[in-house]
Parts: sequence; C-alpha cells; structure tokens
Amino acid sequence: MTSTNPAVELDGLTKTFGAVTAVDGLSLRVQPGEVVAFLGPNGAGKTTTIDMLLGLARPDAGTVRVLGSTPDNAVARGRVAAVLQTGGLLKDLTVGETVEMTSHFYRHTRPAVEVLERAGIADIANRVVGRCSGGQQQRLRFALALLPDPDLMVLDEPTTGMDVEGRRDFWQALRRDARAGRTVIFATHYLDEADAYADRIVLVRQGRIVADGTTAEIKNLAAGRTVRATLPGADQATLAALSGVDAVEVRGDSVLVRTSDSDAIARYLLTRTDARDVEITSRNLEDAFLALTTAHTGA
Amino acid sequence: MTTSTPTSTHTRAGEPDRRLPALGGFAPGALRIELRRVLRNRRTLAFTLIMPGVFFLIFGLPQGGQSLDNGRPVTAYVMISLAVYAAMVATTSVGGAVATERALGWSRQLRLTPLRPAAYVATKLITAMSLGLLAIVVEFVVGAAAGVRIPLYVWLLSGLAAWVGSLVFAAFGLFIGYLAPAENVMQIIGPVLAVLAMFGGLFVPVEVLPDVLQQVAKFTPVYGVGVLARAPLTGDGLNMAAVANIVAWALVFGFGAARLFRRDTARV
Repeated sequence: MTSTNPAVELDGLTKTFGAVTAVDGLSLRVQPGEVVAFLGPNGAGKTTTIDMLLGLARPDAGTVRVLGSTPDNAVARGRVAAVLQTGGLLKDLTVGETVEMTSHFYRHTRPAVEVLERAGIADIANRVVGRCSGGQQQRLRFALALLPDPDLMVLDEPTTGMDVEGRRDFWQALRRDARAGRTVIFATHYLDEADAYADRIVLVRQGRIVADGTTAEIKNLAAGRTVRATLPGADQATLAALSGVDAVEVRGDSVLVRTSDSDAIARYLLTRTDARDVEITSRNLEDAFLALTTAHTGA
Repeated sequence: MTTSTPTSTHTRAGEPDRRLPALGGFAPGALRIELRRVLRNRRTLAFTLIMPGVFFLIFGLPQGGQSLDNGRPVTAYVMISLAVYAAMVATTSVGGAVATERALGWSRQLRLTPLRPAAYVATKLITAMSLGLLAIVVEFVVGAAAGVRIPLYVWLLSGLAAWVGSLVFAAFGLFIGYLAPAENVMQIIGPVLAVLAMFGGLFVPVEVLPDVLQQVAKFTPVYGVGVLARAPLTGDGLNMAAVANIVAWALVFGFGAARLFRRDTARV
C-alpha cells in the first residue's frame, strides 16, 4: 500500500568532522513521487547528508526518517536503494553474477534479467566487472539498486567521471525506469542534470539549504537582472526596500542590485540618486547557482 | 508534479515483498557464487592446491622407503604436514580477502543491502573452510597417487584435525582482513604464513630447529595444528599442549577479528 509518510524527513541534521561542519542544521521533507536534485558545489555537504539519509553515517544532531522508518530498516526491507560514488564492485565477478549475488541478500527482488535490461547492460551480463568501463560499472550499480524495486532511489553524483555519452546513457536508463510512485533524490554538481531530470531543486551550500523550489521557481531566481551602478555611500536599506529587489550588494563605490524590475531600479538610481555608469545585465541559471552557492555575497 | 498526494495511485503491479530476509541475508545462492569466485582465482588455486602438492613431490617423495619410529612412512608425515599448510593458506586467503573487498568498497556497497555483517562473515567462513577442505583432499590425493599408504582412520582423523585446525587461520585471515583495507593482502601475509609454517614444523620437523627456536615454536599458531594432525600417524595420542595452543590462538584471532569487525561496521 502507498505510504502516507513522506519519503524523506530530515530534521535539523548536523554533522561535523573535527572543526568542519559538513551539514549544518539541514531540514528537508520530500514527498512520495518527487524527483529531487540535490544541487551544490563540491564540499557542500551533499554526500554527508546522503550518508546519513541511508544510515551509513550517524548525525551529531537531528533526525532522519525514511518512508516513515529508520534508514537501516528501510534499507533492510529494500524500500530504499542507492547508487553511491564510493560503493565498490568485485572486479572478478561478471556483471550478471554481481546482480545474482546481490539478489540473494533480499527476500524478494525483480528478476536479474529485468534489472539488467532496465539499466541497459543486458548485453554485457557475461563481462567481468574489472573489464567494464566506469559508465558500465555505474549502470551496474544502478541495476543493483533496481533489484528490490525500491520506493526511494538515492543517487550520489551518479555520472561523475563519465563522458558526455555515458552521462546521457545513464540518465536515459534512469528516465526509462521512472515510474509513478518512486521517489528519486540525486545529488549533482551539474546544473544541466538538475534542470533536465528534477522536478524540484534543493540548492545546498556549506551544509545548509540556500534555495528550495520547483525547477521553474529556481529558474525564476535567475530570471531577474542585475543593475550595477557607481554610487558612493549607497543607501542599501532604501534600495532593498524597493519593489522587485531581491538583493543589494555594495562593493566599494559600486552597488549591485538584483531585481525582477530592472527598469524601475535604473530609473530610481538615475533620477533619485547620484548614481552613474548604470549597467543592466541579465542573469542565467548559472549565475543564480553561483550566487546562491558561493559564500561572498551579502554585505 | 512536485508533490503527489498520499492517495496517488501506483502503476506498479502489486507491492513488493518488504519482509526482512531470513538469516540476515545469508543465502546458499550467494555462497555458491563465492565458492565459484574462489575457484576461479588462479593465484589462490596455485598457492593452495598446486604448490603444496608440488612441494610433496619435491620434498616428500624422495624420502620414500624411510619410516618413522612406529614404522609408518615418512612420506605420510610430510604429506599431512603439507595438507595442514595447504589448508591454512586456503582459509587465510579467503578470510584475508575481506581486506580486498573493503579496499574495493564492496563492503560499503553491501551496506546498501539487507545483508547483515554477521551473515557476510558466515559466508566467508564457510567459503574458507570449503576451500581448506578441498586443499586437504587435493594434497591427500596427490599423496595417495604417489604411493602413500596408511590406515583409513589416519587419513580421516589427520584430515579432520588439519581441517578443524584451519579454522584458526580462517579467523586469522578475517583478523588481517579487518585490520586494514588492502588490495593485495596475500602478498603481505603469504611470507608470514611461510614463517609460521616453518615454526609449526610443517616444512621440517620442529626437532631439527635450534633448541631456543624449538621452545619458541611451541607457542606459535601453527604448531598445535601440526602436532594434532600428525598424531594419528605418529600414534602420539592427544597432546594437550597442542590442543591448548589451538584453542588459545583461535581465541586470540577470533576475538581480534570480532573486535576489528565491530569497529569496521560501527557507524561514524
């Protein structure tokens, strides 16, 4: 039966390694059926969060619920499966043997032939894992994750190290598999992957969520423009209070205003202040990503 | 479609069986693949099945015609000693393979499955003991084919002692395996095993070693297994010092392996 529980409930999740806080009070709720991209630069805390989500690491503070139970229980029951960067494979087994062996660890799995087919590696079932390319090995990990027919599939940067073609093949396999009801969470630092495959994007930086919304909403963050002007002694608070303004940043004599209404800001700056050298630039998703995921913004 | 309501319908044909696997995921099917894997490993086969047999033909066979004090052939003494050696290398290498699997990240991959760590270790132990048994049988077959003739009970009791004793080395292998992840663990412990076998009187009788070394040898982990496995042949009866040696080392390696295993499976 369909669970009424959220697929994932992270509450105040915190994890430190020595002096480094990898995950800093992160809370997130994912509903069944969502396809969520966990987007952030390297070191943002994505992998640590996923490790805690899967029960591979213990949070210093906060709680994790997966499909209404503990991560360990969800893993043991095959309700959650994952493709991790670190999960190794036995080089001396064949692709087919690896799937067969893993299937024995579960009470019940999809047929080996089926998962190989769905992962697009049925043709190399007899190949020894050590002779498979990185992309093929990654699709084998994906096949292993498909075995229990999980309700939640977690992928940690699944296409890292793949060439363009490998990445496309992998996502095609994932997409082919997409079915109603399965929740997918994938971490990536590729914007285009998040854009193309997720319904919802969660932007993380320094262990915190800095933006969370539908792909369209995140794109809207980038839809505005930046107005830059030279204005010594700019009144940041007044500018920030103007309608349509998202953020105001002062850099020396320069002021940068991120806004959805660049005309109004330009008009204001030119008529009500001593601003000069006014420039208006449009932003793209890349800029939004950089702005949200790098530390230097803000006064 | 960012959210689906709790009542959204599944297109799946029926909910999968979400019960926990029996025996923590321990399964004969996985064991079968493990065994096949071990038997495919040329390096393992060379060191556990071929080399001890060749050793017998080189070092044992030339002593044909010579007898022990009780009239039994010296070749049988060499054969049993080498069977113990073959079994210990076999069980150590399977246990030690844990180090390789940890280095490769396979143990981490397994943590994403219902397989309980104890079931994994059980699979390794059974695989180790199976290969150990095979190593003993191969050595005995080589001996028999080369003309070793001893009473049936000696074949059986010596073989059994060598086999049970090799459990110490399955534990030793697991201990090493959980000590540190390493891809080529047998290249490190192979020479160690050879030295231990030397002290354990498997290559030459301990009696030919210098007096001091003889005393030391009695406390090394191979000694007890060697003495016990040859007892049915030499007619020495049950040597309690040898039994104590086996039990002590089994405990040392067993507890050591269990301790490291718990450290390895603890979440950080």
